[in-house]
Order: sequence, then C-alpha cells, then structure tokens
Amino acid sequence: MVFASVVACKNDTRPNYQFMPNMYEPVSYEAYQEAEIVVDGQQMLIEDMEAQLPAEGSIPRGGHMPFEIENTNEGYILAKETLTNPLDSTQIDNPRGGRLYDIYCGICHGKKGDGQGNLVKREKILGVPSYDDAGRAITVGSIYHTIYYGKNSMGSYANQLNEEERWQVVDYVLKLKADLEK
Amino acid sequence: MLFLHEILQTFFSIAIMKKSYQSLEDNSTNNMIQVIYRQLASKIPYLGLVILLTFTTSLNAQEGDPAKGKALFNTNCASCHNLDRDMTGPKLRYVESRLEEEQGLDREWLTKWIRNSAGLIKSGDAYANQVFNEWNQTPMTAFAALEDQDIADILAWTATDPIVTEDDGPDTPKEPVEGGISNKLILGALAVLFALLAMALVLVRRTLNRFAEEKGIEAASKDKSISIWKAFVQNQFLVLVTAIFFLLASAYFVYGYLSQIGTDQGYEPVQPIHYSHRIHAGAAEDGGNGIDCKYCHSSARVSKHSGIPSLNICMNCHKTIYQVSPETQKQGLEEFGKDYNAEIQKLYKAVGWDEATQSYTGETEPVRWVRIHNLPDFAYFNHSQHVEVAGVQCQTCHGPVETMEVMYQHAPLTMGWCINCHRETEVNVKDNAYYTKIHEQLSKKYGVDKLTAAQMGGLECGKCHY
Repeated sequence: MVFASVVACKNDTRPNYQFMPNMYEPVSYEAYQEAEIVVDGQQMLIEDMEAQLPAEGSIPRGGHMPFEIENTNEGYILAKETLTNPLDSTQIDNPRGGRLYDIYCGICHGKKGDGQGNLVKREKILGVPSYDDAGRAITVGSIYHTIYYGKNSMGSYANQLNEEERWQVVDYVLKLKADLEK
Repeated sequence: MLFLHEILQTFFSIAIMKKSYQSLEDNSTNNMIQVIYRQLASKIPYLGLVILLTFTTSLNAQEGDPAKGKALFNTNCASCHNLDRDMTGPKLRYVESRLEEEQGLDREWLTKWIRNSAGLIKSGDAYANQVFNEWNQTPMTAFAALEDQDIADILAWTATDPIVTEDDGPDTPKEPVEGGISNKLILGALAVLFALLAMALVLVRRTLNRFAEEKGIEAASKDKSISIWKAFVQNQFLVLVTAIFFLLASAYFVYGYLSQIGTDQGYEPVQPIHYSHRIHAGAAEDGGNGIDCKYCHSSARVSKHSGIPSLNICMNCHKTIYQVSPETQKQGLEEFGKDYNAEIQKLYKAVGWDEATQSYTGETEPVRWVRIHNLPDFAYFNHSQHVEVAGVQCQTCHGPVETMEVMYQHAPLTMGWCINCHRETEVNVKDNAYYTKIHEQLSKKYGVDKLTAAQMGGLECGKCHY
C-alpha cells in the first residue's frame, strides 16, 4: 500500500524532490538561467531575460574577425566578386566539411547539392536550386555571404557554424558544385 | 424525381463549361492566326521561314502543360513564390491574366522579366521598377535557361484553379484508445470470473454443511486445538522471523523510495510551445522529416551545453512552412489533442514574425522552455566531449527522441548509470595516430584488445567531481 501511494503521488510533469538542493542548484550563473543583473544602480538584465545576444562589436575568442561585408545586394555582389577562402589546402578538412554540410545544408540542398534534400522531396520546402544553376553562378564569396546572412527564404547559419566551419562548408559546396558540373 | 432533375442540371452545366472552354480555345487560335497573318502582310520574305517553323517546331503550342509547369515551378520558382501566398516574392496565381488586366502587360514582358529582371529594371521599365521597389528591392534570379515552352508551362500551372480539399475523409480508428478499452474489458471480465468463483465456493461450503447437518455428523469442532493466532504468538521463533521479514521488507521499500529522490527519470513537463520531436527528427518512413539532432542543438558539438535552439533556427524552415500538412494536423488533433498550426502561430508570435508582410516586427517575447535534463551542480558533464570526441549517439543517453511526441527524460542520470556506460563502452582508438602509443601501453597494462572508457581513466572521481 505504501508503494502504491508513492507511485500515485509521482507526477511526471513536475520535477522530483532533491536531497540537498543547495548542493544541486548552482551558486554561479548557469546557461539559460533567469538572472537579474544590476550594475551601479543600472539594470543591465531584467529578471525574465535569458539567452542574450553578445554585446555589439564583441569578437569571439579564437581570432575570428568580424565579417565586414554588409547584408545587402551590393554586399552580396561584392562578396561574390572579391571574397576568398582564408583556409589554405592544409587546413581544409573535407570529411568534416561534409559532415557539417550533411547536418545543416543537406536537409534541403540534398547530399549531392542538387537541391533534392529530404524536406524538398517531402514537398515541405520547395524551389531549392541546384548548385550548378547557371543563373546564380555561385562563387566562394557568394556561398559564404549566403551562409552568413541567408538569402531569400534561406536563413542565416552564422550561429550554428563558426567562422572556420563555415569556410569548411563553403569548400565542400564548391566540391559538390564541381561534381555536379562534370 | 428531384434527384433526376439535379443530375440533369449538373450534366448541362458541365456541357456548358466545356463549350465555353472550347470557344476560348477557338478565340485564342483565331488571335494567333491573325498575328501570323499580319506578319505575312508586312514581311512577305519571311513567309518561307514562318511556314518552316510552324511545321518543324511547335511554335504555336503556347498553351502550356500545367503538369510540366508544376514541376518546373517547384524547382525554379517555389523558393520565393507561392501560388496563393506572398513570400519573398508575390503570389503568382493567375499572374498572367492579372498583369494583362491591371497593367496591360503581355507574356513578352513576363518572359523578359523572368529571363533577366535586372536588365528590365535597368532599361527603365515603369512597372518593373515599381515591383522591384515594392518588394524591398530583392532582385529576382535570372532564369535565362528557361525556354518559351517552359515559361508557357509554368504560366499554365499558375493559371490553374486552386483545388478545394474535402475534409470529410474516412474516420481512422483510434488504435491506442481501443487498446485501452480492450485491456479494461479483459480486467473486468477477470474480476467478474473471480467473484463468481468465490461465490461458488461459498455456496458449495454451505450445501456441504447442510448435508452434514442432515446426516447428523458433527462438523469437526474447533475447540480441541488452539486458534492459529494464539499458536503463532506462543511460538517465539516464528514471531522473530516474521518481525525480521517485515523489517527487511520495509527497509527495502524505504531504500527504494530514498534512492529515487533526486532522479527525474520520466520527467515530462508541459512546454510553452508543443514541439514534437517525432515530426521533426523522426525517420522519413514514420512520417518524420529526419532532421539531424545537431541541426537545432548545434552547440552540442562545440560546447558543454547542448543548447536550446534560438528561434531564428526554427524560422530557417518555418518562414516557409507556415502550416503542417492536413494529415499531420488531423493526426495531431485526434491522437494528441494538439493543434499543430496553432503551435506554429505561437512561434510566430514569440519571434515577432508578421505573416501578412513577411517581415519581423521586432516585438519578441521569450519562450519559457522548461529544462528537462538537470545534472546536480557537483557533477561535471560536457556534451562536446561525448558527441564529437567519443562519437556517442544522442539517443544513447536521451532515448528514442525521434519517436517522442512529448520530450521526457529517458535515462536516470545517476552516477551508477554514468559509470556503467563508462565501463562498457569500448573506445574507438582506430586511426587516432596521435594517441597510438599510449593506447598500446594501456592495452598491455590491462591485457585487453579494446580499451573501455573506464580503463582510460573514466572512473576517476576528479574527472566529474571537482
């Protein structure tokens, strides 16, 4: 009976009891924790704010420099014509680029880059172009610009891939494009 | 009688429709002939060429094939245009007739626009510039490779009438509910059976007693022996054994109760937006979209935390996918009591997406997701180490997430559970030249071929508690 009553009280939509919450709950700030920060009497964060954007102009560790080309049509053309891959041939890791491509791009663009990803085949998202599309004539710079800012229906992938990973993916896309054009 | 009348009426209306369609066709062919005729009158030297073209190619086949047009539309146009809904570009149903009526522009203009919209804008065409400015100066990709026939096909597809879907499909039987009913039925039947058996036993005993009374046999009197209870109390050994048994049993249950405190296996909170992992990550054959876990939880690759995706990642797809398919919606309503389309609207509200103008309003509100997997502060766990370095599948710890309609905690996340996996998991040391030597030394030390995580120090206290 005791067992039955314990089972009956267990509610799956609430977390269970803890022995010593002060050892379970972190003292320091945790990711996604709701926090209130007041600096010099000025409220920096309100209580229900979490997952903040980094401060404007901040540069992540690891020497990633900010991307200066703007998110405009002119920026796109500028990137298309001038931007080059900073990674040299020893830094290009094709298998890794491929793995990242399969996760983030392949779902729409297809594993071969022909625009026939799973979401396209299931008619959830339509009109994904093939990389060898002559009208678009994508280049190193235009691919990077598109990954960074997105284009038309495609969103930005700047927060899923870091700078180095983006360039790895760009290189892999160019390889797929070359394969398609064969 | 009335019924017959109705049938006749529909028949006639069909006949009339057919007729009007034919007359339309006739008109168009007449026009075509007129055009050709005018050309003939002015440019007689081209007569031969025109005749040649009419006979060799299907020059006058400007009536496109909607089926081919649909395929072309889906591959070339649908990333920015929908038939009935503004997206990156305007909606395109009846675009040709609309342009004709509202702007007096013909197919020639449309063809120019499709093949090279930027050129048309530069040439100073008034309507081209108007459209370009209306749509945030987003340039349309040039489709120079489309043939006249392709454009005719696409326009034929945009000229088709929308299909009205009928909602009254056959009611699918609700299997899980039915299973529940049959289980209850079986249990009820068993209970009734037991009750009947008990009653039968009582009845048998009563009749036997009556028989005994009639025959004058005294039922064995109970006075001779002491009652069982008294005998039990007098037998001290038995009392001791029973007491120990009860103590052990209660200790067992108390231990069980205490050890489940602090573990949240099966924790299944209600989330602010009903997000179905089954639909997003499920295998294609089960009606899922097969999106990789790391598509949304991308920080699991590179950080301690496997982050909750920010809403812009949802909008990567949901900018285009504004409602689920009718089948999915029906399944959601019937099996889970959830209106998926309303959940997508919740997302739009939180991220501040205005569907009508296809733009962000800037009015956002945070989504208060409820965290499910919580490790106590005194235990360190790093996602990237497990996901990238060890190559552990997400499902190893999080269970069959791709089948979960509502996410719950699959594993107990206790220390015993962690350590068990560290003891059993063989580390993939192949093709890892940097560590080859130390791997060999460790293998020799333990006398094994394959090292486990534990043998490489995966059981040391300081690895997780510091």
